[in-house]
Amino acid sequence: MAVTTSSAPLTAPAAASKHRSEWQNAWRRFSANRVALVGLAMLTIIILMAVFAPVIAPYDPINDMDTAMRGCPPSSAHWFGCDHLGRDLLSRVIFGARIALIAGIGATIISVTIGVIVGALAGFLGGWTDAILSRIVDTLMSFPIIALLIVLAAVLGPSLVTTVVVIGVTVWSRYARVVRADVMSLRERDFIVAAYASGVRSWRIIWRHLVPNVMGPVIVLASLGIGSIIILEAALSFLGLGVRPPTPSWGAILADGRAYILRYPHISFFPGVMIVLTVLAFNFVGDGLRDALDPKE
Amino acid sequence: MLRYITVRLFHGAVVILLISILTFVIMRMMPGDPVYLLMGEGQVRITEEQIQAIRARWGLDKSYPEQYLIWVGNMATGNFGESIIRTGVPVREMIFEAIPVTAQLNLYSMILALLISTPMGIWAAVKRNSAVDYTSSVISVVGIATPNFWLSLMLIIIFSLLLRWLPPFGLRSWQGFILPVAVLAVEQLAIFTRVMRSSTIEALKQDYVRTATAKGLPRTTVILRHAVRNALLPLVTVIGFNIAFLLSGTIVIETVFALPGIGRLFTDAVFRLDYQVVQSLVVVLAVLVVVANLVTDLVYAFVDPRIRLSR
Repeated sequence: MAVTTSSAPLTAPAAASKHRSEWQNAWRRFSANRVALVGLAMLTIIILMAVFAPVIAPYDPINDMDTAMRGCPPSSAHWFGCDHLGRDLLSRVIFGARIALIAGIGATIISVTIGVIVGALAGFLGGWTDAILSRIVDTLMSFPIIALLIVLAAVLGPSLVTTVVVIGVTVWSRYARVVRADVMSLRERDFIVAAYASGVRSWRIIWRHLVPNVMGPVIVLASLGIGSIIILEAALSFLGLGVRPPTPSWGAILADGRAYILRYPHISFFPGVMIVLTVLAFNFVGDGLRDALDPKE
Repeated sequence: MLRYITVRLFHGAVVILLISILTFVIMRMMPGDPVYLLMGEGQVRITEEQIQAIRARWGLDKSYPEQYLIWVGNMATGNFGESIIRTGVPVREMIFEAIPVTAQLNLYSMILALLISTPMGIWAAVKRNSAVDYTSSVISVVGIATPNFWLSLMLIIIFSLLLRWLPPFGLRSWQGFILPVAVLAVEQLAIFTRVMRSSTIEALKQDYVRTATAKGLPRTTVILRHAVRNALLPLVTVIGFNIAFLLSGTIVIETVFALPGIGRLFTDAVFRLDYQVVQSLVVVLAVLVVVANLVTDLVYAFVDPRIRLSR
């Protein structure tokens, strides 16, 4: 470690290091963080697994049903064993990564979009708009989110799309709160006042000047939030209100595991391990990003 | 102080109002006619007049704003309506039956989590980068990443199937509480330890701690009497915010362990489209959370003179 850091200034011209952009600095700090790199590596593997699932998985996760192999324990032919219908669990867990990532990233995109818009409006406009939007944010933050998700999913009918949308529209409050606070403090800064004085319209100030300046903390929060969204998706599917069978979602496999826990206890082990690893990966990367983008300590 | 309480009360009332409107709107979005569902999805043949009579009885013939006002008025006077599925049973009774189970689960798990996390957080903060610190941070990192329902399944497999020490489901004896309480405690433990550690580290950096040390007080006294007392404040806030989170956990856990609490009542009602129960429960949950947050704010104000004295 010491060798690489000390040799860097020798090879790179001194002038170049001065012009290193903020993103390059952030990447240097991120890559110096071993836990963050481990997280990034885990995440890369999980993403590759999801993308190339049809190539990697030894069996079809839905259609390869071998009734003779119902609930078979882990073996060399079926590394993770089989489920109660005789489907290969390894294949189902591999395909489950797709659902987890789609839900985690999809719902995060929706919630970040809503949160940034609401937060920017509340912070920039202030007054009554702020008062009303802030109460809505308080409400969402102080309510057991699972209860809202269960009702919404039941009303709209469980599916992958419903799950993503429903989670997206309920978890944006944290982003709104952060963006609002940042926008309020930025609003008084010279460059915003200058933009105002030169006749720039409000929406353009928000979009071109305020939003880019608050994206750092939002990116950090979003990367830390994906993990908890993946758990929420799994919880909904586990309760039978998320992704519908036979689609292989980790939560849905765990629901099978619960139903057959007395006869085939091995079903519930691996999907849970995958959830923990995926959430850990996102949290490690998120922590690394936070330290890299906000080097206060 | 009085102004602070008034503002908090007002905010709480607004939150409950918003939740009740939101619930009402969502319940009206439910596909299908409640009367049709009530009649076994068209299996029971009834005349148009009978349908109208049922609609009138449930107040469904009135406009949405009217229906909302009637519902809120009834809720405010403690009339939560009747369950559509368990015909004739007042929803209020069902809720009162379920509350003790949920309350005990939450209380026991919170006490357990506090008993473990407070000393662990302090110890980790005092001995930074030691084995204790390292272990406690691994526990909290993994604890936060572990879904509670999966942890439940694993504990059932270990303690009920392999060791045969504890019952896997239900609440036939007090042993039924052990696994769910443990699962809920792990989740909170992860958060509490993290908060306690960082707030103790912060407190140990303060001037008053240096002064106390300079006075020659023993290290234990400095830590426990000066640093920890102040470090407990953030924990109070987190416990308050944790209530909503804890109730989320309870809903899932009660379903996994088949415990007859609020959470189980809620998921059952959702699956059976018993929307009288669902909408009452959502509002009850909102009130519980708001009251818990209010109590937290008051406790916080009470223990922190900076807030108490700033009117």
